[in-house]
Amino acid sequence: MPTLYEQIGGEAAVDAAVDLFYRKVLTDDRISHFFEGVDMDRQIGKQKAFLTMVFGGPNNYSGLDMRKGHAHLVQRGLNDTHFDAVVELLGQTLQELGVAPELIQQVASIAESTRNDVLSR
Amino acid sequence: MAVLSYQGRHYEMLAGESVLECLLRQGMQVPNSCRVGVCQSCLMRAREGAPPDSSQKGLKETMKGRGYFLACLCRPESNFGIAEAEDDLKVPGTIAEVGRLSASVVEVRLRCKRTLDYRPGQYVTIIRTPDGLARSYSIASLPEESTIALHVRKIPSGRMSTWLHEEARPGDPVAVQGPAGDCFYVPGRPEQPLLLVGTGTGLAPLYGIVRDALRSRHSGPIRLVHGAVEPSGLYLRRELEELTSRHPHFEYCPTVLRDGAEAGVHTGSIDQLLAARFPKLADWRGFLCGDPTLVNSLKKKVFLAGMSSRDIHSDAFVPTPAA
Repeated sequence: MPTLYEQIGGEAAVDAAVDLFYRKVLTDDRISHFFEGVDMDRQIGKQKAFLTMVFGGPNNYSGLDMRKGHAHLVQRGLNDTHFDAVVELLGQTLQELGVAPELIQQVASIAESTRNDVLSR
Repeated sequence: MAVLSYQGRHYEMLAGESVLECLLRQGMQVPNSCRVGVCQSCLMRAREGAPPDSSQKGLKETMKGRGYFLACLCRPESNFGIAEAEDDLKVPGTIAEVGRLSASVVEVRLRCKRTLDYRPGQYVTIIRTPDGLARSYSIASLPEESTIALHVRKIPSGRMSTWLHEEARPGDPVAVQGPAGDCFYVPGRPEQPLLLVGTGTGLAPLYGIVRDALRSRHSGPIRLVHGAVEPSGLYLRRELEELTSRHPHFEYCPTVLRDGAEAGVHTGSIDQLLAARFPKLADWRGFLCGDPTLVNSLKKKVFLAGMSSRDIHSDAFVPTPAA
């Protein structure tokens, strides 16, 4: 039984998704202000790591990393509506890439599992 | 606290201090410039203990393997013995020529005692031999030229640029370290359109990259946008216009913020020019060089216009902090 990561298409899928996804994030008025002035190359690297994780791929993310990495954004008002927006854009990205709905559902639930850490709860 | 050993002496490091900061605090002369791990002027070598991975950012694997690290990024957690970079990394040379390109920019040509293996668009660190003053500049020449060309803008109270503009003479000794950097043309996909954008001496790497692409028989459209505040900041115009007449698929787009009444010179911001001329950049390859704030904002703009992140090459010119 192939893993979720293999079914989605592994590293090639991450590479295909990262630009699409990050472009959506940067142009979405609900969340784009959190990304102003950030270094794009570093951010693309982080987005790849994030996508690899939610695709069920190899990653070294811990709940603590998620907390530390987003604490400064929580201070700037990051909340559930922003988190929901990111999950929505992630779903749109995968849809555009032709990923099957049941796989998108699994990706969304992995993303969902990070909600409390991301929002420092 | 970690103890730093260097040249047979031992120094107690302060909390949070980098190796470079520690050595400078002791009054030692260590070549350095940007202090954020870009210019590689402060390259040193480990003799005892391993350098932290974070201090080897951007170094070639072969250099990492030899224990090289950047002193400005290096905050060792345990005792650490270090040595200067070996002389084989620095090529001795001389100033060959200094020629004026514009009111504020000179072209400095260096003659090296050994051939430097570089790609146009990479940068080198020039080290003034008597006192070790070091600064990095992008390479505007092609490897087959007998000297290496750099474009140096006069910075008010900038020590290296003032020296190069006002005092340096042919024959003055310098050392050259490098090259480094990954903003250069790679052959392959010759039909892909290329967009090169730079301000000020951001033209230096782009001038090298354009000619590298042309001689590699790049066949897709090549567009070079050079921006300046006013027309006097544009330079190499005759050379670039001459290139356009020899290569119809190459276009030179000079642009100024003000006073650009001349034909062929766009007046307005680079953003406006790009939005009007290049609204869709899917499948283009981009090279963005110059002022860091501008380069960062351009990266985002070309990405949002559809350029793939892996096709965006950039070199932000990090200024040296005032001493």
